[in-house]
Amino acid sequence: MGGLLYNVFIDPFMQMGSAPDLLLQVLWEGFVSGTLYALIALGFVLIFKASGVFNFAQGIMVVFGALSLVGLIALGVPAILAIVMCIGIMAALAYSVEKLVLRPLVNQEPIILFMATIGLNFFLIGLGELVFGGEPKVMPTEQLGLPTGSWDFDVLGGLVIIQQLDVAAAAVACTLVAGLAIFFNKTRIGRALRAVADDHQAALSVGISLNQIWRIVWFSAGIVALATGIMWGARSDVSFALSIVALKALPVLILGGFTSIPGAIVGGLIIGFGEKIAEFYWGPLVGGSIESWFPYFLALIFLLFRPQGLFGEKIIDRV
Amino acid sequence: MSENGQNAVLTVNNIEVIYDHVILVLKGVSLEVPKEGIVAILGANGAGKTTTLKAISNLLRAERGEVTKGSIEFKGQRVDRLNPNDLVRRGCIQVMEGRHCFEHLTVEENLLTGAFTRTDGRGAIAADLELVYTYFPRLKERRSSLAGYISGGEQQMTAVGRALMSRPDMILLDEPSMGLAPQLVEEIFENVKRLNEDEKVSFLLAEQNTNIALKFAHYGYILENGRVVMDGVASTLRENEDVKEFYLGVAGDNRKSFKNVKHYKRRKRWLS
Ligand SMILES: Nc1ncnc2c1ncn2[C@@H]1O[C@H](COP(=O)(O)OP(=O)(O)OP(=O)(O)O)[C@@H](O)[C@H]1O
Ligand SMILES: [Mg+2]
Repeated sequence: MGGLLYNVFIDPFMQMGSAPDLLLQVLWEGFVSGTLYALIALGFVLIFKASGVFNFAQGIMVVFGALSLVGLIALGVPAILAIVMCIGIMAALAYSVEKLVLRPLVNQEPIILFMATIGLNFFLIGLGELVFGGEPKVMPTEQLGLPTGSWDFDVLGGLVIIQQLDVAAAAVACTLVAGLAIFFNKTRIGRALRAVADDHQAALSVGISLNQIWRIVWFSAGIVALATGIMWGARSDVSFALSIVALKALPVLILGGFTSIPGAIVGGLIIGFGEKIAEFYWGPLVGGSIESWFPYFLALIFLLFRPQGLFGEKIIDRV
Repeated sequence: MSENGQNAVLTVNNIEVIYDHVILVLKGVSLEVPKEGIVAILGANGAGKTTTLKAISNLLRAERGEVTKGSIEFKGQRVDRLNPNDLVRRGCIQVMEGRHCFEHLTVEENLLTGAFTRTDGRGAIAADLELVYTYFPRLKERRSSLAGYISGGEQQMTAVGRALMSRPDMILLDEPSMGLAPQLVEEIFENVKRLNEDEKVSFLLAEQNTNIALKFAHYGYILENGRVVMDGVASTLRENEDVKEFYLGVAGDNRKSFKNVKHYKRRKRWLS
């Protein structure tokens, strides 16, 4: 019994203290995953805020974006052009979703819209398999100009290895997150978007077109999905299993609140750090791979104490 | 249509409105707002005032309501099949009942959302923002507060200011007096009058507070059960015995007084 307590509460921290280089390595890995989780979660938050729809298909949009890119490059399309075409595909997807799904279902219950995104999810899986085939593919990092080497640092009496690809992934994620935050808070469209999230009747009354806003948020979520797909796909490979990674956004959202942009960012980082630290230091106690369920566990605990999330929007209660 | 029909900025011709395909709420309402006029729609709870305004602004469809008969013309053009944003672009905007500020946006951001449909550039919008602040100096002080935390009166000013930011020719103003203290109501209406005189904005306002509405409006329509039962120049309406008895009550701002049962029954008889 004493041994167990020691293994759970003392030993991991001793390890952290005695090998700070390893801790640094783990934190870095956590940071990279965290930024990508934050990015995926932002895709959800954008759509949820502006239309109250929980977009179940966000994960598959990640896969679909990555598959399209790989497919186009395999056809011999130059990388830059392929990326532009993928952005076009995401725009077309946003336009079709607004026109064929959201517009006819306007005024319906949220659950109906949620079901519609489940439908969209399976439609995209089917379409993806039909066009690109079901087998995993390799992201052509070279054509895309993504670095593949690594940097080794001698720090804290040990060696920390940093994959250049991870640096690129984190940089892309941070840039997009910052860009979206600025877009949301500082631009005319961003302001309109927040207005719609607050009171869509009033937004209609001042002449904001809900359809336009929906197209914009779905397109933004599509861009986010594409970027995540490229970076994550480059780190592993491109297959439908990637959409599982996207589901990690769920605990991120529970932590951060479904409507909060800072929440998505901080939540993503907490989940990223949390799962890597848990995996490395506590994983061996239970035979490893707690990474896959630990975020959900963390979210569940959190849900009990703060159901509106870390930064869930305050409910202003006055008349 | 009356002889000064050409002079009207807004004409509502005998419209019928149905909610959810079955609930008939407006049963043939006609009214007219002359250029640069202030016109009031009066009536008790559920008379159909809000429905009339929403039929004009095309916000009805978002509530599963539909104009099934009649027509609506704004500046000489049919507008009853447009989207709300088209109408805002053409110069007609609604301030909704209950103010509906964007609570998590600051006062200034709220005002700026009113300029969403404008394409005349930042400079013009910034100038109009200052204009709104000259009409409502209190909003300038509170420009960076979240609209959810300001007082009801300030919210009403924000809602009106936000509508002004669209550079409207006409504002549809739904129950501006709702839930406000009498001196605040007076202040809001004073501003309506100034905007009407100085900025040439026409107003169609819905009010339960008949007293204040008839004090500031030029013309009034009285709505009962989805029908116009009486209309006339404000000063005439104010002197009308029935209006005095059923709508002006004992004291203007003590509205509850005319809601007692006996009066209600007698009003019914007057209607039939
Ligand atoms: N969305 C809706 N669906 C069904 N019926 C509605 C809807 N909105 C309003 N009604 C009905 O239409 C009638 C007129 O309502 P309306 O809101 O236009 O009245 P009002 O004159 O504005 O009343 P108040 O002074 O209380 O604001 C009421 O009987 C109301 O129940
Ligand atoms: Mg009303």
